[in-house]
Amino acid sequence: MAEKIKLNLNRVPMPKQTAAIRSRNFDEVALGYSEEQAIEEAGRCIQCKKPGCIKGCPVEVNIPEFIKAVHEGDMPEAARIIKSTNSLPAICGRVCPQETQCEVACALNKKGAPSAIGRLERYVADWERAHPEVGEKQKEHVAFNGKKVAIVGSGPAGLTCAADLTKLGYKVTIFEAFHVAGGVLMYGIPEFRLPKDVVQAEVDYVRSLGVEIKLDHVIGKIATVDELLQNGYDTIFLAPGAGAPMFLNIPGENLSGVYSANEFLTRTNLMKAYRFPEYDTPIKAGGRVAVIGGGNVAMDASRCALRLGAEEVHLIYRRSEVEMPARAEERENAKEEGVIFRLLTNPDCFIGDEQGKVKAVECYEMELGEPDESGRRRPIRKQGTEFTVPVDTVIVALGTSPNPIVPSTTGGLELTRWGTVKADEDTGRTSKDRVWCGGDMATGAATVISAMGAGKRAAADIDAYLNR
Amino acid sequence: MYRIIARETLTENIHLLEVEAPEVARKAQPGQFVAVRVDEEGERIPLTIADWDVERGSITIILLAVGTTTRKLARLNAGDSILNFVGPLGRPTEIDRFGTVICVAGGVGTASIFPISRLLKARQNEVIAIMGARTRELIFWEDHLRSVSHQLIVTTDDGSYGRKGVVTEPLKEFLGARKVDRVIAIGPAIMMKFCSLTTKPVGVKTIVSLNPIMVDGTGMCGCCRVSVGGETKFACVDGPDFDGHEVDWDLLMSRQRAYLDEEKESMKLWETKVVKK
Repeated sequence: MAEKIKLNLNRVPMPKQTAAIRSRNFDEVALGYSEEQAIEEAGRCIQCKKPGCIKGCPVEVNIPEFIKAVHEGDMPEAARIIKSTNSLPAICGRVCPQETQCEVACALNKKGAPSAIGRLERYVADWERAHPEVGEKQKEHVAFNGKKVAIVGSGPAGLTCAADLTKLGYKVTIFEAFHVAGGVLMYGIPEFRLPKDVVQAEVDYVRSLGVEIKLDHVIGKIATVDELLQNGYDTIFLAPGAGAPMFLNIPGENLSGVYSANEFLTRTNLMKAYRFPEYDTPIKAGGRVAVIGGGNVAMDASRCALRLGAEEVHLIYRRSEVEMPARAEERENAKEEGVIFRLLTNPDCFIGDEQGKVKAVECYEMELGEPDESGRRRPIRKQGTEFTVPVDTVIVALGTSPNPIVPSTTGGLELTRWGTVKADEDTGRTSKDRVWCGGDMATGAATVISAMGAGKRAAADIDAYLNR
Repeated sequence: MYRIIARETLTENIHLLEVEAPEVARKAQPGQFVAVRVDEEGERIPLTIADWDVERGSITIILLAVGTTTRKLARLNAGDSILNFVGPLGRPTEIDRFGTVICVAGGVGTASIFPISRLLKARQNEVIAIMGARTRELIFWEDHLRSVSHQLIVTTDDGSYGRKGVVTEPLKEFLGARKVDRVIAIGPAIMMKFCSLTTKPVGVKTIVSLNPIMVDGTGMCGCCRVSVGGETKFACVDGPDFDGHEVDWDLLMSRQRAYLDEEKESMKLWETKVVKK
């Protein structure tokens, strides 16, 4: 007779820097589990016979198995299990929205206390990074199968696809436009959520498998996709990211002091403007900062602004908090740190001074009407509610649209009406022979892990295609 | 790393670097630029491609040493390296058989105008070049520009060389005296603005190469946005060439000034570092 399992519903909390301290530094907010905490949390997993969590994970990490290894204190085994399907676990453990993927499918979630899968994944990945000799021993070296694949972009989709194909024997070259590999993991997500040395350690792991990464290579400029196909690459996986920032198209948006979130975050994270003048790239974030938008990027920008020395950060969002696309955890972090949420508020225009520098945002209030196509209640302007918010800096975080450089220089690549590349969801195949696409360039702005899932599926399909 | 294979001091503050970048050289076209980051702490800045040599596998850039990055570049010698060198970026200048084209170069704009004039001349256009500088010491590549044009006028503000005055004066005279099919003006924003104001009443199409502040140079940050014909454009991917009659010049100039204080602070710190060395 099966023994009745006693459920432990006490999730081990993640130690964090306190809000008052962390809101003024760029060090990582979440400090990570200790070994004892990890083993304790791992003990809560009930080792389901039919685990839902694995299905919830876009890269299908064998979650119960690795958690079991953690509980037994066998970290090398836990790392081996994770790395067999996920090449970037220290990143995923930090930035995946587990609450909508693996953890939502956890049996314990019905009781409101799912296994802390993300925290455990992070613990294992950090443990492995601290014990490099273990990972080295576990690495298998596969013989070159004679086929070459080019990948455009070294973000999560590109890195995942590269690692998977290399493990199968392909010679993979990644072309990266920037001066460092990692894509959005380097330029977009801030240091305090995802330390850049953690990203570079995982990039180095992918390199150590045999992947070549060519930096400073803007495909479409230095070489076109067709030229790569003519010059010895058997197939190409396009993963250049979402690219171009969207604006509101309202008056005053080009005033100096108005940033896109992409620019603000690129200056801060990639160019290390938070260390200006030691680093040469400057940024303006003093006084009062308004951030427009309600997604994770808006949270990142708001929290960066605080750390850069803003006195007040006002987050302006046209719907209510329920409709915000940002993760609950990020909203909480932002509020704790002092970001002021100005909900049901929309900007009308920006006002500048004589020098052409932004000095105020004119806003109006909104109310929620019937649900729209997105299923969220449509915000409607409330007449006669106009008011002015004086500001020193504005950050527009409204999402991105596809960068045109690759599509406009590649013949035969079918696009959607949003300018994204048409790609089969299960395989990543595009309308163009020998060309696959995944990540934000195919889906529009989405998550790191969904891009990784696309990279993984494309790798499998490229392998099937080249072995047909 | 991108090795410098030759360097030349053209004027006290203007320097030429020939940089090894064979893949960029194979693709470069007139009007395009590179994004450069000198060292680990460096900013990314755009610099016009002044020339290229496919056989030597090199790109030539010309820079005015005014900020931290350009002054760092100016101190480099042949054999030294630049950390990052990305290109060729931006759309090439549209070049066709237009007829008579006046190419106006202000300051370091000569570096951009040179390859454009060369191709215009090769495509059977009648090329009139006007180059202007504040004073004689700031003039460079006069022979270069002469070799790729049918006629060259040099102006200096103080009259120390060539004709005394600004470039718009000979420009206006040519416009009044003969049929001109196109004007291409490259230099400081204020000079491009006045060239555009000069050509507008006579309706001669005028192309300018805009030089806003950029970060990535590939269309992903939007720092370089400019307003052209009432529409927001990204100079790095939609340009840098635009119709000068449609450009909102005041906006461009105010955005160029956004970091004046920080630029001073950065340069001061760099100077103390250089002195220490």
